[in-house]
Amino acid sequence: MPLLFIGVPLAAVLALNLAYKWINEKLALYTAAAVSLFQIGVSAVCIDLSLRGGTIYSLRFIEKLSIDTVSAVVLFTIGLTVFVSLIVSNATLKSGTFNFINMLLMITIGMNGLAMVTDLFSLYVFIEATSAASFVLIGINRGRDELEGAFKYYLMSAIATVLMMTSVALFFYYAGDTSFIGVSSFIAGLNGNYPYGLLTAFILYTAGLLIKSGVVPFHSWVLDTYSPAPAPVSVLLAGIVTKVSGVYAVIRITRNVFLNNAAVCNVLISLGLLSVIMGALAAIGQKDMKRMLAYSSISQIGYIMLGIGSGSALGLAGALFHFFNHSTFKSLLFVDTAAIEMQTGTRDMDKMGGLAQKMPVTGISSLLAFLSTAGIPPLSGFWSKLLIIVALWKVSAPVAVTALAAGILTLSYFLIMQKKVFFGKVPETLENVREAGGGILGAEILLSVINVAAGILFPLALIYMNSIGKI
Amino acid sequence: MGSFFIIVILLLALIVSAVVCVQISVLVKAGIALAVTSAILSVIMFRLGAALAAAFELSVCAGLITVIFISAVSMTKIMSKEELAEKRRERNKRFASLPAILIVVFAAALFFFWPHIDATLPFAASAQGDTVQNILWNKRQVDLIGQAVIMLIGVYGVMVFFRESDKE
Repeated sequence: MPLLFIGVPLAAVLALNLAYKWINEKLALYTAAAVSLFQIGVSAVCIDLSLRGGTIYSLRFIEKLSIDTVSAVVLFTIGLTVFVSLIVSNATLKSGTFNFINMLLMITIGMNGLAMVTDLFSLYVFIEATSAASFVLIGINRGRDELEGAFKYYLMSAIATVLMMTSVALFFYYAGDTSFIGVSSFIAGLNGNYPYGLLTAFILYTAGLLIKSGVVPFHSWVLDTYSPAPAPVSVLLAGIVTKVSGVYAVIRITRNVFLNNAAVCNVLISLGLLSVIMGALAAIGQKDMKRMLAYSSISQIGYIMLGIGSGSALGLAGALFHFFNHSTFKSLLFVDTAAIEMQTGTRDMDKMGGLAQKMPVTGISSLLAFLSTAGIPPLSGFWSKLLIIVALWKVSAPVAVTALAAGILTLSYFLIMQKKVFFGKVPETLENVREAGGGILGAEILLSVINVAAGILFPLALIYMNSIGKI
Repeated sequence: MGSFFIIVILLLALIVSAVVCVQISVLVKAGIALAVTSAILSVIMFRLGAALAAAFELSVCAGLITVIFISAVSMTKIMSKEELAEKRRERNKRFASLPAILIVVFAAALFFFWPHIDATLPFAASAQGDTVQNILWNKRQVDLIGQAVIMLIGVYGVMVFFRESDKE
């Protein structure tokens, strides 16, 4: 089964390019949509199978790929975000859709591989594939700001790459292996007496992944890439790419390789808390909607780091659920921003007002996403933050209280955004604004429904997991 | 011990050629400096016993990539002498601190790591004795797919950025 997640998008890329003379942009779009829907379906089956029977291994050809519950959830989220990005691209991209779709399928292969590998070097290879595709996607329209953003992303990726490669070499030097199992059993055998070089390897790999995650103080590239990137690429980057190549990799390494090492967990908690507060504070002062959302992403990724850093199963569950939730509500907010930019021609919140009257669906979906981000019950963000805070409470009560209090900051910046964009008087220049077409409304409704449904159904999911003995 | 010093000298040469590659303002010369860097790296790999990696480094990085770079450079416009001088000044100003930073980082790394380097520690494992076929098709087949995807993305990226520009 793991092979399907690489084979199907790869076959689609090859088919589209070999038969490009007979394929128009619409057909390419439908093919990519079919691939992402197929991924959503198969990964949903994988979630159930992994919950019931443990890890799913590839039986033929590539034995070193595997899917457990964590990777199955990630694969599901990848499929969903790629599908939404396709819808947005259909509405917003004026040219080059064929290239975009091909790059989207290739980045899907990179992210899927990343979610299934069981080896430090393979993880690095697929992170590189994902980064290379992101680089092309950010600059796909070849605008000056886009190319600058792509270049900054590339530079930061190169630094992360150097750190990770050095670390892989050190792990191989000491453990004689780069597989997760080989390195983790070597680490377990040391009983805490780590050689100096191995500690360096720990630091370098973690630093490389934190750069990819965009947490404070490695966040500078996030703003310069999210803001200028075309709308469907922003959805993809904020919704899934940074999470898979950074956050998911941190989850995997912390849990499966570093075995929840206390020092690594403390670093994650410290940087997570710093990101939660700094990201939210910086978001408050923004005028550009996309920049505000980029800072908000830094803050929310901080919560995921806090969950991972707690080192407990509860914290991991919270982190994973927040991973999924953040993908949906942040994608939704970026889709809303794309709709507003399409219709008003600006992202400057000071030039907007009263758009809820003109764009009611966008207004309501934005409100739902904002309430979910702020952790208001019964929306999905509430449950994931609750799990994270409870897990943190067991590790450090002051950190848990601070993280909880930082939620007020989240409320503040989103209230400012709602007030400036959706409430108040409509400026004369925006009198003729209407809802965006081209499937954008569909994407907004789909993501809003997922947001609400995930919140309402979460207790049922807990009961289901309890019934099969998983919690 | 002599062999160790040769490696250190080669590493220093590697750093020098890499710095030249960044500092130099003529793209063709920068491409050649990059090829020299790769060639020195493959010599280091040969000396460390990684013959296969050295061969790949020499053929792909020093050979193929340099050819691609130089053919890409040949498509660019030649600058006037004044423009070139201006670029050179700007570049020198921007990267003037680079050699100093490298020296400081190298010295700091040496200071901190030297006492902990255990030259007697054997490599935990190596690929010696493994056939290329076994390494590529049995041990690292996942990476091979990943690399193929990266190459595909690279080719597509070049097409997106350059071929469409030519049309304009």
